[in-house]
Amino acid sequence: MTYIIYIAMVLMALGLLMAFIRFIKGPTAGDRTVALDTLTTIGTASLVFLGFMFQRFIYVDVALVYGVLGFIGVIVIARYLEGAL
Amino acid sequence: MSIMEIIGSVLILIGSIFLFLGGLGIYRMPDIYNRLQAGTKATTLGAMSLILGVGFLEPSWMLKSLIIIIFIAFSNPISSHALARANYKRKHFPLILSEDKKNMDAYREVIEQEDKEDKS
Amino acid sequence: MIYFVLIAFLLLLMIAAAVYSIRQKDLLYATLATGIISLVLSILFYLLQAPDVALTEAAIGVALTTIIFLITIRNTVRYESDEDNFKSEVK
Repeated sequence: MTYIIYIAMVLMALGLLMAFIRFIKGPTAGDRTVALDTLTTIGTASLVFLGFMFQRFIYVDVALVYGVLGFIGVIVIARYLEGAL
Repeated sequence: MSIMEIIGSVLILIGSIFLFLGGLGIYRMPDIYNRLQAGTKATTLGAMSLILGVGFLEPSWMLKSLIIIIFIAFSNPISSHALARANYKRKHFPLILSEDKKNMDAYREVIEQEDKEDKS
Repeated sequence: MIYFVLIAFLLLLMIAAAVYSIRQKDLLYATLATGIISLVLSILFYLLQAPDVALTEAAIGVALTTIIFLITIRNTVRYESDEDNFKSEVK
């Protein structure tokens, strides 16, 4: 059980790191927004997973709020890129 | 280990592997649309599987896990569609590697025709 | 041990995003980097056993700051220039 927790943490950290490198390198604004969307989804999943690691039920609410608000942020950025904000 | 713990552990492993593959795809792919596919679809499956695995490991959390899963299943395709639409409207056309370009990106001709009509 | 490694990794990620946000001339990219800072800071507050602060940080940093900065960029200029912008407008 402990090894599974470590493996999942390392894999999610590597995913965050590679999406962040794409955010730094990305040539256009669309690439950076896609990287931000990926970072938001990985962040939501990792918040739920850390809540399971600490065994606190109240921590899952943070993940729910973060999912809703990150979705709204990405939609607003997409509308700005489209030129219709 | 009971059967619920085995199912939850396998789901958590599958989910974290798919989250890693989403990050790898968004780093390695050559184009905005390929990156969008890798970064949105793989990440959606990974997040849903990992949260469902947590719900299996802690059965009293199952209701809230299902709420988060349903929300991810609704919100991620919407944001993916909005990003692809915004990139296409900004004239970042997809890389087309085959010979007959007309069959693969049919909407591009419509956009260019509309631009000509706007200029004239 | 693994907690300290995780906290160090997240701190390095947050510092890199902050340096990028300061050095960038394109203000839209700087705003996106601010969103990443808010995400990593929310996870850090969460790791330090403060879920209420993490909730507030997620609510304000991700949605509200991004939307307000985007409306500001739409109403002003997107690219930061080297010369004094205000002086050229007055002249």
